[in-house]
Amino acid sequence: MSSVAVIDYGMGNLHSITKALQHAEPDVKVLVTSDAETILRADRVVFPGVGAIRDCMQALNESGLAEVIQNVANTKPLLGICLGMQALLSDSEENGGTPCLNIISGHVRRFSEPLYNSDGKLLKIPHMGWNQVHQAQAHPLWESIAQDSRFYFVHSYYAQPNEACGVAATSQYPEPFACALVQKNVFAVQFHPEKSQTAGLQLLKNFLHWDGHL
Amino acid sequence: MGLAKRIIPCLDVDNGRVVKGVKFIDIRDAGDPVEIARRYDREGADEITFLDITATHHNRDTIVHVVEQVASEVFIPLTVGGGIRTLDDIRRMLNAGADKVAINSAAVFNPDFVREAAERFGSQCIVVAIDAKKVGDSWEIFTHGGRKSTGINAIAWAEKMVSYGAGEILLTSMDRDGTREGFDLSLTRAISEAVSVPVIASGGVGCLDHLADGIIEGKADAVLAASIFHFAEYTIQQAKEHLATRGIEVRL
Repeated sequence: MSSVAVIDYGMGNLHSITKALQHAEPDVKVLVTSDAETILRADRVVFPGVGAIRDCMQALNESGLAEVIQNVANTKPLLGICLGMQALLSDSEENGGTPCLNIISGHVRRFSEPLYNSDGKLLKIPHMGWNQVHQAQAHPLWESIAQDSRFYFVHSYYAQPNEACGVAATSQYPEPFACALVQKNVFAVQFHPEKSQTAGLQLLKNFLHWDGHL
Repeated sequence: MGLAKRIIPCLDVDNGRVVKGVKFIDIRDAGDPVEIARRYDREGADEITFLDITATHHNRDTIVHVVEQVASEVFIPLTVGGGIRTLDDIRRMLNAGADKVAINSAAVFNPDFVREAAERFGSQCIVVAIDAKKVGDSWEIFTHGGRKSTGINAIAWAEKMVSYGAGEILLTSMDRDGTREGFDLSLTRAISEAVSVPVIASGGVGCLDHLADGIIEGKADAVLAASIFHFAEYTIQQAKEHLATRGIEVRL
């Protein structure tokens, strides 16, 4: 039986992601943990998170989990979700500028306010709700997920990677932004697959079968 | 192509059963919340909101169990409101699997509670529920299911709550709630244009055109309805198809 570790570092509630992983693949052992050894022994690792980036980075640095994630990023399939995606980049504009893990080269920016669409309508921030995810490249994690399927988002910051070839998908609000990133065995999504019904469960299932290669 | 407008079925839960009153009286039993939530998920609901209207503190654990059960098998955003008064209430709901909590009366009695909640758990999970009623030429917020006036202007209140960290506003017209006459569109539009965060319109839906009107004329980001879905007059799918025919982007 393969295992997946869900990193618990005190940022947000892990109930949904845990239940969704188990639901997506009943034969996988889901471990919610902050223990470095457990994370390093697991076959795959999910790095979730909601909240503010400064608290997130502080928790990762103080617990030593920052180093563990660096290690995982070099060795096995890793899925970053929401704040867990943003933390993988070099730095974030949030909280007056916050250095991040720098596993994926790039920055995290805030949607500029006020934000208008092409018809001059004011767009609300946070970007909250179901938006289309346009797959920018073929990848095992998109298996059985239709192009432009909708996923659930809730965020005010977005990733801006330095390498365009690392963009796995984009969404529009109103300009296109990278909502999924890929770098070898690391995959990261801004949306919440655990809250995105059928498409989300499929993505989690794909991750649980992914060997970390393209 | 972009962000879809959301349809949110709402379950008023009393002692673990879904009920729906007309203007808060004449409560009709509509069934088991877990079963109904499952059906809404299958039909394509974008989120589900549970409003706990259980009167006694003792029976409040019931809603926690409902949320736990639903969150284990329904993978869309879940919001819980009703009786959220302390940070501990919020923590319990989030731990049970809720994604957001709706704060209503507690925000009126102590606005700083909203600030503390947003700082502690993040604005993304803090919804402020506003019950508004027309008084003269403007709207005032009411508490206690629309029975107690506060004298507070609804628009000013919505702006204040957003500045305190509310990530979303759930706006209910107490004049329309349960009437099936449609949303109070001028109220919805006034609030939606006043705040930078998403606004959910609620109160008064009787047919599918009301949902579309709330989005087009009321400028709401999401629409919430209870009775038209509970008694299977319309499915969520039908509602979405209808919105699409009126040119509204939805998740089909």
